[in-house]
Parts: sequence; C-alpha cells; structure tokens
Amino acid sequence: MNIHDFLIPPAESARRKGPYDRIVMSSRVRLARNVKEAAFPGWAKKPERVRVLDLIRPAVESLPEMKDAFSESMDSLTTLDKQILVERHLISREHAAKSAGSGLVLNREETLCVMINEEDHLRMQALRPGLQLRQAWNAVDQADSALERKLEYAFSPELGYLTACPTNIGTGIRVSAMLHLPGLVLAEQINPIIQSVNKLGLAVRGLYGEGTEALGNVFQVSNQMTLGEAEGAIVERLEKVLAQIIEHEENARGTILEKKPKMVYNHIGRAYGILANAHSISSKETMNLLSLMRLGVDVGLFPGVDRALVDELFILTQPAHLQKQHSEKLSAEERDLLRADMVRERLKQVSRPIAKPSPPLAGGLDKPEK
Amino acid sequence: MLCCICKEKEATVHLTQIAGDKMQKVDLCEECAKTKGVNDPTGFSLADLLLGLGASQEIEQSGGGVELKCARCSFTQADFKKAGRLGCPECYRTFSEALDGLLKTMHKGTRHVGKVPDSFRQSQDLNDRLKLLQKKLGKAVEAEDFEEAAILRDEIKQTEARLSDTPTP
Repeated sequence: MNIHDFLIPPAESARRKGPYDRIVMSSRVRLARNVKEAAFPGWAKKPERVRVLDLIRPAVESLPEMKDAFSESMDSLTTLDKQILVERHLISREHAAKSAGSGLVLNREETLCVMINEEDHLRMQALRPGLQLRQAWNAVDQADSALERKLEYAFSPELGYLTACPTNIGTGIRVSAMLHLPGLVLAEQINPIIQSVNKLGLAVRGLYGEGTEALGNVFQVSNQMTLGEAEGAIVERLEKVLAQIIEHEENARGTILEKKPKMVYNHIGRAYGILANAHSISSKETMNLLSLMRLGVDVGLFPGVDRALVDELFILTQPAHLQKQHSEKLSAEERDLLRADMVRERLKQVSRPIAKPSPPLAGGLDKPEK
Repeated sequence: MLCCICKEKEATVHLTQIAGDKMQKVDLCEECAKTKGVNDPTGFSLADLLLGLGASQEIEQSGGGVELKCARCSFTQADFKKAGRLGCPECYRTFSEALDGLLKTMHKGTRHVGKVPDSFRQSQDLNDRLKLLQKKLGKAVEAEDFEEAAILRDEIKQTEARLSDTPTP
C-alpha cells in the first residue's frame, strides 16, 4: 500500500484529542534495541544490514499491534514519502536519509512506529496525543516484551541494552513530549525555563528533535540519561517536570493577557492579518504565525474556531505535504505562493480576532493536578 | 588556538560548561560552531556537542598509544572518535576501560537499572538458585549429612539442565 493512502488524513490527525492538548501536542516513548551478533547499522556493511532487516521486520510485523500495518523497506519509499513521514513526526530525519537495509513498520492507528536500522537495529516508538507518557511507555514496553521472545537482544546485566551510541545505553529509553509554549516565549521566560529544565538533566529541543530550531514555539522535552535510572522513574520525572512547565505556560499566558493585553492582541492580530492576506509565505513564517493563531484560539480571540483548523494547517503547509497536493515538482518560491493561497482560502471561514476575549478565558486553564 | 573539531582554523567561539564539579571547555572555529548549531541562541545542541567531544577525548586519553580494535567487528578507537558511535555490541567489552569514565559523565549511574529481558531474568534466577544450592551442598558435606547432599546434588543437576535450556547472556 502507498504511504499517502495509508496515513491518517491531516484533518483527522489534527482532531485527535488528549489530556492537556492545549499545551502538550503529543507524547512519545521510544526504545533503542539491538540484536546480538551483528554490527550496529552505522558500521555494518550493506549485506549485514539487509540480513538484520530481514530478521527483524517479520518479527515486528507479527506483533498483534501491527495488524494491517504499513511495512516497507526504506529504498522503496520516495524522498517525498520520507519527508512526509518526517513532517508527521513518525520517522527521524536520520531515518529518512536511509535506503536499502533499513525499514519502517507503522501500525494502522499511527500509535506505534518501528524504525529498523536507524542508528540502532530497532527504534520503536509509541505515540499518543496530549500528555500520555505512561500510556505510551506501557504500549512500547508491551511491544518490546513480545519482540524479545522472537529476537535475541544485545544485553549486558551491567550496562543494560547495548546501543550504538553510549548516550542511549541502559534502558535505551527516550521519553519526550512536544509542547506548544507561545506564552513563555512572549513573556520572555522561555530561556530561564529551558535552563532549569536542562539542569534537571533533561533536554529541550526544537520541532524535529536533535539540532533543530524551535519553529512555531514548539519545544520537545526529553530525558537525556538512560543508564542508572529505571524506565518508570524516568517517566515519573518527566511527568513532574512537564506538569510544572504546563503550569508556567498557563501562568505566562494569564500574566501577559493581564499586564500587556495589547502586546498579545497585536501579535495575534498581525499573525491573522498576514496569514489571511499573504500571497507568498515561507513554511517557517507560516509556522511561527500559526503558533500565534493557535494561542489566539486558546485564549478566546477566535470564538467558534476549533484548534484543529490551525493544527491541520500546521501539517498541510509543510513543504512535503504541500508538494504532495500538486503533481508537478514545485520550487521553493512556487511552494510559498501555493502555501499562501491555501492558507488564505482556509482562513476565509475565520473572522478576524475580536478585540477582547469573551470572559473568562475560553476553556479555562489547563492546569494539571499536583 | 585551533578549533578542536576541525583542528585547522583558528578558534573564535569559546564555550565553558560547568556541570557539578566538572568544567568542560570547547574551542571552535566559526564554521564548526555553525555546523554544530552553537550560535543558535537557544543553544539546544550544546549538551550533545559537549558530550560528543568529551567522548573522543576520554577514549584518546585512556588509549595509551596502543590502538584497541574490536575483535568482533574491527572497529577502532579512531573510528569511535570519528563517528561518536560504536561498531557492535561487543565493542562495549573491547573499549570497556575507556568507556567507563565516559559513561560516568553521561549518565546517572554506571550500572543498569530497569527492564531486563525475560530470558536473562530466568537465567539470572537459575544462577542465583544454583549458587545457593552449591552453598547448601558444601554445608551438608561438611556436616556429613549425605542424605541431604544427595538430594541437593540432584537438584543442582536439574537446575543446571534447565539453565542450559534457557538462552544465556
């Protein structure tokens, strides 16, 4: 099956709900695993990578979770297919660069995604909308337990699961959440927050993970250390820190709306103005402005507008998704024109932001219980 | 001062990170700083960068001139320095001395805590049981309780048989 037909349509994908999804866009837990007696993918020659792929892929496909899954070798996907998967956060950029000897198995619901021969032989990830770290951990733990009966993992009692990079050794776990933090950015409180999160041994990254910038005020928070701390403890630590970040974000939104409402309305109004009227717009500018519109929806400046409208545009306006909607190959300039056309069209149904939000803040605060 | 990544150009970007009681310094040329994303004001990749550099230095220091090579996959220290990743699971044994210090700076602990594959847990349990039985056997022999010793010997045999049936670490 073609990946385009397989993937959940953006409109539907943007409508998925989860706890605290005002701020937490998604939760993810990934495990790194390797099989014994084989070199890691980055060092293995092609025949060995193919052998490992042929060993692992049927095992993954046989998981009950993978019924009706999409399973493909990376060399049978086009560059555009791979880029779409990156834009959906289903595979890493590193994996998108892979070809023969690497593979992908993705379940029907897009909640379990296994990359074969990325940096490690196996990178399996469970994904959930909103804040659901524990659910994601349970899901990936279950898949892992089923796989360990079919594959012989490289494991040492002292060092745990052995991984290509020493930074992942031990549990091989990365627990992460994607957060939308426009309030903290506008209140200029984001840097101290990032620093204190770093001090707790957690990493803060941009939209596409390692080494990427925080487009659209979206940040990924994840654990960095994997050896010497059990999975459950890591999940719990992340949960605590995320609860605090959510609270800080809500407070920041409240404070700026109270102290500098004009500044907030100005940002949101201008964002709407540009998005609704531009005739050429880059993907970066679009994301940054959509982020402000999303904030506008959250604080009630666009009554009757669903956040899903903005979230769908977040997906649709990215380069590969835009290219996919057109048969001819587009240049970056052409994409900018077509992107602006699409956004203008979609925003026809959205009236300009009201000058004052309907009291109190629509939806109320989204604070986690302590 | 030369850039510690390319070792060619003059270093103009100097970073110092103090973590706990450890200070790490990195000197980079403008180009390497850019490729590593250091002048990204958000500084996200700084920790990764420092970890990566620390890794190669650590390995280099402990090498003591003789270059280690993994018997299983022919991976060398120089390869690790270049890639920042290891060649195969066996490399962890080959480079264990060098990796020890590195893992200490990277992680919370140096011993695995958490999930263990079932097969390992079973064989670990059996190993523990075997040790206990052998201890008991020693005591029984010492006390000249040969009836008990015979029972224990049978149990040990059974346990050993089960252990050889389960996949070993």
